[in-house]
Formats: sequence, C-alpha cells, structure tokens
Amino acid sequence: MGIKVHEAVMMAFEIVIEGPAEALVFNDPDFQHEDLNFLSRSQRYEQAVRKSALMVMKLREYGIADPEEIYWFKSFVHRGRPEPLDLHLGMFLPTLLTQATPEQQDRFFMPAWNLEIIGTYAQTEMGHGTHLRGLETTATYDPATQEFILNSPTVTSIKWWPGGLGKTSNYAIVLAQLYTQGQCKGLHAFIVPIRQLGTHEPLPGITVGDIGPKFGYDEMDNGYLKMDNFRIPRENMLMKYAQVEPDGTYVKPLSDKLTYGTMVFIRSLIVGDAARSLSRACTIAIRYSAVRHQSELKPGEPEPQILDYQTQQYKLFPLLATAYAFHFVGAYIKDTYSRVSSDINEGNLSELPELHALTAGLKAFTSWTASAGIEECRLPDIYVTFTPSCTYEGENTVMMLQTARFLVKSYNQVSSGQRVTGMVSYLNDLSRQRIQPQHVAARTATVPISDPVSLVEAYKARAARLVEAAAKNLQAELNHRRSKEDAWNRTSVDLVRASEAHCHYVIAKLFTAKLSEISNAAVRAVMTELCLLYALYGISKNTGDFLQAGILTDAQITQVNQRVKELLAIIRPNAVALVDSFDFHDVHLGSVLGRYDGNVYENMFEWAKKSPLNKTEVHESFHKHLKPMQAKL
Amino acid sequence: SVNHDLASERQTASFSVEKLTAWLDGGAEHTRIRRAVVEAIECDPVFSRENQYFQSQNERYEAAVRKAVHLQKKMHEMGWTENGPEFKYIYRALSGDVAFLLHRIFMRSISVLGSDKQIAKWIPLASQYQLIGSYAQTELGHGTYLQGLETTAVFDNATQEFILNTPKISAMKWWPGDMGRSATHTVVFAQLYVHGKCYGVHPFIVQIRSLQDHSLCPGIIAGDIGPKMSFEHIDNGYLMLQNVRVPRENMLNKFCEVQPDGTYVRLGSQQINYFTMTTVRISLISDEAVIPLMKACTIAIRYSVVRRQSKLKPGEQEAKILDYQTQQEKLLPQLAAAYAFHFINDYLQELFEKGYREVQRKNFDTLPELHAFSSGFKAMVTQYCTSAVEICLRACGGHGYSLLSGLPSLYTKILASCIYEGENTILLLQAARFLNKCFMAASAGQPVPPSVTYLAAVKHGKCPAKTKVDFLSPDIYTEAYQHMAVRLVSSTAAKLQDLIQSGVKKHDAWNQCTVQLVQAAKAHCHYITVKNFAETVEKLKTEAGIQKIMKHLCDLFALHGIFSNAGVFLHDGYLSGAQMDMVTASYLDLLAVIRKDAVPLVDAFDFTDKNLNSALGSYDGQVYQRLYEWAQKSPTNMQVSPAYERYLKPLLHNTRSKI
Repeated sequence: MGIKVHEAVMMAFEIVIEGPAEALVFNDPDFQHEDLNFLSRSQRYEQAVRKSALMVMKLREYGIADPEEIYWFKSFVHRGRPEPLDLHLGMFLPTLLTQATPEQQDRFFMPAWNLEIIGTYAQTEMGHGTHLRGLETTATYDPATQEFILNSPTVTSIKWWPGGLGKTSNYAIVLAQLYTQGQCKGLHAFIVPIRQLGTHEPLPGITVGDIGPKFGYDEMDNGYLKMDNFRIPRENMLMKYAQVEPDGTYVKPLSDKLTYGTMVFIRSLIVGDAARSLSRACTIAIRYSAVRHQSELKPGEPEPQILDYQTQQYKLFPLLATAYAFHFVGAYIKDTYSRVSSDINEGNLSELPELHALTAGLKAFTSWTASAGIEECRLPDIYVTFTPSCTYEGENTVMMLQTARFLVKSYNQVSSGQRVTGMVSYLNDLSRQRIQPQHVAARTATVPISDPVSLVEAYKARAARLVEAAAKNLQAELNHRRSKEDAWNRTSVDLVRASEAHCHYVIAKLFTAKLSEISNAAVRAVMTELCLLYALYGISKNTGDFLQAGILTDAQITQVNQRVKELLAIIRPNAVALVDSFDFHDVHLGSVLGRYDGNVYENMFEWAKKSPLNKTEVHESFHKHLKPMQAKL
Repeated sequence: SVNHDLASERQTASFSVEKLTAWLDGGAEHTRIRRAVVEAIECDPVFSRENQYFQSQNERYEAAVRKAVHLQKKMHEMGWTENGPEFKYIYRALSGDVAFLLHRIFMRSISVLGSDKQIAKWIPLASQYQLIGSYAQTELGHGTYLQGLETTAVFDNATQEFILNTPKISAMKWWPGDMGRSATHTVVFAQLYVHGKCYGVHPFIVQIRSLQDHSLCPGIIAGDIGPKMSFEHIDNGYLMLQNVRVPRENMLNKFCEVQPDGTYVRLGSQQINYFTMTTVRISLISDEAVIPLMKACTIAIRYSVVRRQSKLKPGEQEAKILDYQTQQEKLLPQLAAAYAFHFINDYLQELFEKGYREVQRKNFDTLPELHAFSSGFKAMVTQYCTSAVEICLRACGGHGYSLLSGLPSLYTKILASCIYEGENTILLLQAARFLNKCFMAASAGQPVPPSVTYLAAVKHGKCPAKTKVDFLSPDIYTEAYQHMAVRLVSSTAAKLQDLIQSGVKKHDAWNQCTVQLVQAAKAHCHYITVKNFAETVEKLKTEAGIQKIMKHLCDLFALHGIFSNAGVFLHDGYLSGAQMDMVTASYLDLLAVIRKDAVPLVDAFDFTDKNLNSALGSYDGQVYQRLYEWAQKSPTNMQVSPAYERYLKPLLHNTRSKI
C-alpha cells in the first residue's frame, strides 16, 4: 500500500508544504551555493547573510507577507538551518509589536521592517541564563538628561549568545535591571543602537563581537555585548506596560505575566521544531537502512537490508512513532496558544498558568526526546542544529520543575477539596479513588494492551501516582521543618520524574485522540499501529514505574515487550512510505544518505571528491613534513 | 588566583587527592613518569592545541602530521621508547591530536598476523617511517560484518602474484585513517580466491603511493572522504583498486598461507585474523572512552561550583548549581561511572594480557571469551561513556555548546567510538552469542570460563533488604545485578529454544530475540562492572579516607543503575515496590554525601589545563574571563566581516527598492 499511504497520510494531517514557495526557492539560481560541509565558519556565515539579504528582497518582490508562507519560504532558503536574521524576525520585530508604545512603533517598526534597523534580543548573560532575575546589566535613569545609562558592571554581566549580535545587528533589545530614583525596579527591555548606521562600526561605549566556534550554528554570529556608560534616550525603554516618567517616577505594569508571552510563544515553536527535526532524522535513517545491506540473516542468502534486523527496527520505529506523536502535540500547542492569546487580549488570563506549565514541560520533554532520537540516528548536522534547544529558551530541567510547580499546586488544590480542570483533571480522581499501589492488583487485569485508550489510562495512572509521590515527599521534607526551598531542592529529582510522566501522558492522550479524526481507513490503521507502538514502547522503557505502582503486572509487561516487537514487524512494510509522507525535499534534507532515490554510495563518492583535502593530488603537508622526515630518518 | 568558589571546595576534601591520583595511576612512580611526559609535551610549542577550535580541517590535518613527525624527534631526544614506561602516556598527553595512529595499527597487524620473515622485512621500515601505513578493512557498503567484504584478491599462479580489485562501488575501502592523504602502504582485507575458490577474508600489504613523489601508484584511486563529525585532524580515506598486483609474499601469512603452486594451508585458527580488532577494542576503552569521560566530568563539575543560578534560600546569594539535587543527579553518577570504568579497564587489561600470552603460544582456548569480553565491554563502556559525556555537556547549559568549553569535541570524538572497531549493537550480539552458549553449557553441567560460572547458579527468590541502609551493602546490590543478569540471559535462551522447537528457523528465531539478547549482554557487563568495583574497593585497605569515598562511589554507581533500570529488577518480583523506594532514597542520600568531595574527586584525575583545553574547566575556575578572552581570538573577530560590505550594507541602505 506504500504510495497510497504516503498520499493519504499527507492529506489526513495536512503535512502539506507550500509547493510554489518550494519551487521558487529550489529553482532559483541565486539561492544555490557550494556544499556547506566544505566551507569554513566565516564562509558559512557569509553565505547565510547573502541568502538572508536575498530572501528579504525576494519576499518583497513576490509579495509574500503571510507569516505561514514567510515561515516556509525562509525554511527553504536556509534549508531548516539557523540564520543571522532569525532573531530580528523572530524576536526583535515581535517584541516591538507586543511591547512598544504606538509612538515607539512609529519610530522603530517600519525601519526595522525595511531592515534599515537589524535587531537582536539580548537577554542571556555570560553568568546568567534561565534565572532572569539574576541578570546583572543595569539601566540607570538620569532625569537631568532624560536618558538611561546602560552598564555591564562585571564580566559575568556581558551579554553572551544572542544570535545575530556578533556581526549582523545594528540594534538590540537589551534586558536590564532598571534603576530609577535610587531603586531597582527589576528587569525591563530597552532599544539600544549598537553600531553606527553607515559604517557598521560599534558605537563608542559598546564592545561587541562573535563568541567563537560552537557545537553547530556555524552560520549564526552568536555575539557578546558589553556596555560602558552607554546612554540612550528615555523613549527607548519599551513602555507599553511599565513606564518611567520624565522625572523618574516609575509606573508599574498591570500584570507581570504578560511579558512572558514571547517566551511561551517561542517554546511552543520548539515543540514543532522537535517534531520536524526528528522527522528529518527518521527520513534519512530509515531510507538509508533500506539501502544498506549488512551481514546475513539466513545462511547462504545475500546480505539483507539492515531495516530487516529487529534491533534496527527497535532503534528507528519508536522514533518514527514519536515524530508523528510530536507533530500532533505541536499542532495542539499552536492551536491552544492562539486561542489563549486571543483570550489574553480580551483580558482573560485564567488559562495562562496551565499554558505556561504545559509549554515548559512539553518543550523540555519533546526536545530531550528528539535530541536523543536524532543522536540514535547518528546524524551530526541535525543533532548540532537541534540539540541546543534543550538549553535555550529555558534549560530543560528548570522547565520540568516549572511544570512540577504547577502539578504540585494542582495536587494541593485537590487535596484541599477543590477541583482542577484541563490536562491535570486526573488529579481529581486521586481524592475519590485514593489509588493505593498495593490494592490495584485486582484492577489491573482490565488493562487491555491493544487498545490505545486504555493505555492512555495507564499513563494517566502513572502520572497521578508520580505526582502524588512527589507531592507527598515534598510534604514530608516540609514536615521535617526544612525551609520551603530546601525541601523543594531535596525533592527535585522526584518532581522532574512527575513532570515527565505528566507530559508523557499528555502526548499519548493527544496522539490517541487524533486517531478518531482520521477518515481514511488505511491511514487510520497505520496510525493506530504507530500510536500503539508509541504508547507500548514508552511503557517498556519505563516498566519500573508501571510495575511499582501496580498499574501493570509482570505478565502484562512481558506481553507489552512482545507486542512492541510484533508491531515492529507490522510497521516494517510501511516504514519508507511513512517517512516519505513527511515530504522533505532532497535539498532540504541535505543528506547523501537520505536521498529519495537511494543512490547513496555513488553520491557519497562524488561528494567526498569535492572535499578540500582532495583539492590537490598530493597534499602540501607531504612536501612540508613527510618528505623531510623520511629524508632525515 | 583561584576562583574562591572553587578554592573552597578543595578545603573540605575528605581524602588526599595526591594519594588518590597515585592509586589511580597504579603507584606514585607512575604518576611521576606521567607528569614528566605531560610536562615535556606541553612545554613544546609544536604540540600546542591552543588554536585547535578555530582551525579548518586542512589546518588540523597539517598540524597533526607536523606533530606526528615532531614526536619522533621528541621521543629520541627524551629517550622514550615504544617499550618504555613513558610510551602509554604520550597519547594521553597529546589528547590524541596526532596523525599516524593507523600507522601503529598497520604495524600491530603485521606483528600479530605476519610471519617472522614479514615482520623482519616490514617492521623496521615502518618504525623508521620509510613508509607510512594504514589499515583498510571497512568498505563503503560493509562494516562490522567482515565476511561481507567485497574486495577481491585473486592468486595468479603464473606470476606468483595476487591481483587486487574493487569490483563495485560499495566495495570501495572507506574510512581508514591516515589513508586519505598520508599513507604509502596499507593492509587491505580482501576475499582470497585461488583457482576459482574463495577462501574468505585475508590481509594483504599493498603499496598505494610512490615513495619518491607521493603520487598514487598505478591502479590506485585514493583520497580523503570529506568532513566528519569529529577527527578533523585525521585524513580518513577511500581506496579503489584496479588490477593492482602484489607479490605472493605480501599476504600476511603467520596463520594461513598460499603456497607457490596455489595450495592453501591453514596454520591456526581463522579467528586469529580478528585478533588485531580484539586488541584494539580493549585498548580503546581507556584512551577513547574513560579518559574523555573523566575530562568531561572535570570540566562539568568544576564549572558547576563556579556557576551560580537562582536562589536556594531567599535573601542568600544565588546558589552554586552543583548544590541543586537535579544537577547532582546529572553529574555525580557520571563521575561514579568514570571510576567504575577505570577499574573495569584494569580488569580487562589483566584478562587480555593473560590471553595474549596464551595466543603467543598458539593456544587459542581463551579466544572466544576474550573476543566476547572485548566486544561486550567495548560496546557497553563506549555507549555508557558517550551518554555520560553528553549529559556533562548539557549540564553546562549554554556555555557547554561553545567549542571553547571543550565538551563538544569530547562528545563528537567519543560518539565515534560507538561505531568504529565494531558497531555496538553487533558487538553486544556477539557477546550475547557467547553468553547464550555458556548458559546452555552450564545448564548441561559442562565447564564454562570462570567469568560466567554465575550463570549456572540460577537462584529464585527475593532480595533480603529490609531498610534503605541495606542497599549500601555490596552483597545486596551485587546479588541483585547477578540475579537480573541471569534472569535476562536465561529467559532469552529459553525463548530462543521455544521458538526453535516450535519450528521457527534458527536464524529467524535469533533475529526475533535480538532486542532481548542485547539487553542480556548489557546486563552481564553491568553486573561484572559493579562486582569488579565492589571487589576493588574491598581490596583497598591502606587508605581509609580513599576507601570510604570509593565505597560511596561504588554504591552510587550500583544504585544509579537500579534506579534507572527499575523495571528489570522489579520484573520478576526480585525487588518489591517498597524496596525500590528504599533504593531511590539511598541513592538520593548518596548524592548529597558525594557532593562534598566532587571537586577533589575530579582533581584526582590530574588533567592539566592545557590537556583539558577548556574555558570552563581549568583548575583556577576563572571561567568567564577565559571565555571572554578566548572568544576574542576567534577569526570571526579578527577581520571586518566581508559579509557587511557585500550583503549587509546594500540591505541596510537600499530602502527604496524594498518598499
């Protein structure tokens, strides 16, 4: 059923890419260049800038303005890789839109839109990351001149990492501790010019540069920024919410949660990115595994495709199932985000806490899983491009603990007799049923392991049990009269586990819910198999939790392990069609191993011949080092 | 001056760091020699790695060749010899950043597989660098499965030569180090054909480049395979052979020979051909897996006491990130693993040396065990260490991703160790085949090697632990690991038998059990590692302080394994849910205990700052200053970016056309 499934899956899930945009880019000679693998970092940066500049021109030329279309166009131009204008388009412009006053928008937005201003978003400092309150950069208001004086008082306060800061930007939105009338008012955002318009030289008082080579992100000029008594006008503080009046009076914002909106948004994008990166990795690994032959399964027969080995299927198919699962999670978060943000615009903040907790946890869960999966596929390029997402926009452990805070809070609400809603509503059952691990043995016989819905129930029970255990351990530490913070720290390993279990449940639930929306029977069948594999594989990798809580018995675990292996064989015939459905163009994949036509070896040889070390028949080091040595010895 | 957050960690050490270092080195004298080697290498500017992170592949390769050439001079100057006590420290001192490593494998394979006559001819040439060797086994389409190699060597009676050919593209040799640009000769593994009959894979010495002008020999196509995830300094190469003729004497013939009339004579076990790989697998455990993990732990733990983040208590300074339980839970088990694998390496070295003496006497009895051990432990240790290094990298937040932290290059290099010298899954299956065989033999009452006699003692029953303190007893947890290993080996063996008895063909049955077989092989290696750690601690009587902290690390390594693989211990009820909670409690308690000695424990690995080459991990903890200074040296900051004049300027100024 190969190709039919491919088309049907694409239709069912709208895994549609913008055909015209794709053609516009891939057929445009201006966007062609030498294989990036053979370029130095400086050359890669230059290529990326060239393409970004060209991209902006072409977007205007073609009149592409819809954000979704821009997204696809950009992703084709840069083939899914980071680029120096990412922060300008993804952070600088949106922050202006959401946090600038109308007057500020008049001054900055159009120039920025037209790229007279190229901006970045400078938050992280060398010594301070996810814990925003710890940032040290200061902005001190001087009422005499009506200016803010910006300073980087210590080495640790140097802004470090912002993309596009090193070489590209001439402006930055800088997050700094605001001091006015002798008091610290916490973090605020300021629009700071950093380079001279015209010459692009750093302005006096500004030290700016590239932070050097990294693990991936070669084309991005992640930068540092040091400010010494650098003055900007009062009107350069982003003042849609908080304000500093000319005399230095500080006016508080209505809600401090609102400024977190941008980060929630970015985190929700990372979930979608996790799905796409993992899909690319699966596409390459599965296609290659169908081309590569190795050893023998049956004596005397030719070497089989390595995809026929159970161990290879066991490595790859659960990842394939995960890639599909994350697609659905990404779509769900995107929808939820746009719904909640329209509520926020109408002044309703009630869903913000759960959204914040959910995006934090799912960002961590999906980026961890995807990055481990990409590593399993052993794909250096995708790995280094994707894996930093475990750290940026909130370090994952910290993210998990944020989710845990919400879970514990919800648990406590339930314990005190209130009901909770949304994804955590399973906690309501805890008080009614009082799940006792010792007494559930009788109940477990009813978990049929071939039904996704009942597996979701098992995940739910596990999440409930781990949330409860973490909350109780936390309470026990508090009963030992430890300080709140100390007790939290001593329970944090439990808390992270509880968050992971919660996220795992949410993902299994969303995947399962998606099945009923599929009308095409063949697609529903193959998706149900993937969904089962996702759920069962997760159980087999975490058997301890399910056994210990008495959710499943030994015998059932054995069945689960057995069923996982059966599913591998069932999915095998559709494996290539399932990755073809992701519909990555060869150019986008950028992989010799993952080519659609499978002509791996011929192309690998052609590719290697272009390597810089092969530029000359005899390498210069022969004359420099080898020959003199041989002459001497 | 030392950063005071790091300095304070060293004042509270519960043991003498110097004594621990000496013990790890196998005695103070070894420490002295090691430091002398490191000192001599590091004070020589040719060996500097200062600019490594900024260099291109071409520059890295050239530097590695320069170092390799200079090393010959240096050894001569210092009076170091290949058999001297200094030799094994040279590679560590260079951090492996040197060319001609495959030249050494070339020599080793001739020493092991060559006749006395061949050794007498080739080894002096190679040690004098009159030729540069490589080792060409892997092909574009064929890796770990040697029988699948497609390169052919056909014996020509008339000329007494072998004719070597690459019959198709997937048969091209691909990956051998030193072969892309440097090597003049290589050992080629090819299917031997005599009079139309195939005798399997054999090694042949083939000249590939001219000794005069280094140009390629007739019939040879060779070059560099292009950029990789790591090993930028090595010219991994490709090689195509077109009717290349080598004399009959160029087949390495200690164990098999083709006589002038074409008669094929076997002089020993076929397995011996793979003995070079067995030795390489054992020797890479320390250099390529354990030492990189030790370095990663050193960097991550030192950084974690300098880095402060958020507040543990209101009103206080931001806390050292190592004071967070979650950070401890990331790093300290990796530290314990570094120690565990250091000891397992000692154990394997001993086992191997014993085996090697036997092989020299042409007694091949120990080969299956040796082969299984080298395969299983190579796979288990490299896989474990790779994950561990990655955890260290991620535990350093954003700065971990800077190449200047040293962690990405450690990670990419160690990741390769999971694949080269045998892909890990295949190696684990080889170990599993041995375990399965031994289990069947033991069940039938036949003798098995001492390392696996435990498989005969299948015990049912439950773990006797009553409190969380009981889980700090090595007997309790070693027993649990043993039980788990036996259960996994025996249940897989039973399933395999069942399938075969129910009529499934043997190879199909094997493939259907491979996921479990891999699990069983890992469980076996994990058990032996825990047991060996516990025994090592037990034997360590002289130093109370050191024994105490080693005992903690051993407990942590063991309990971490149970905590993170809870399912396999709970599965048959050997541990109860309540006992698993005790394991968790003891495990988490240990983190806080080991936390206090974390910095001294990495200091004891005794890496110099130059060796670590990390802005985050140096001894003085001046993390941020160093990061800032090093970044400014980046070539991207040295020049005005050409991208500005060419692309940014028109973009920034050409507003009209955009609107």
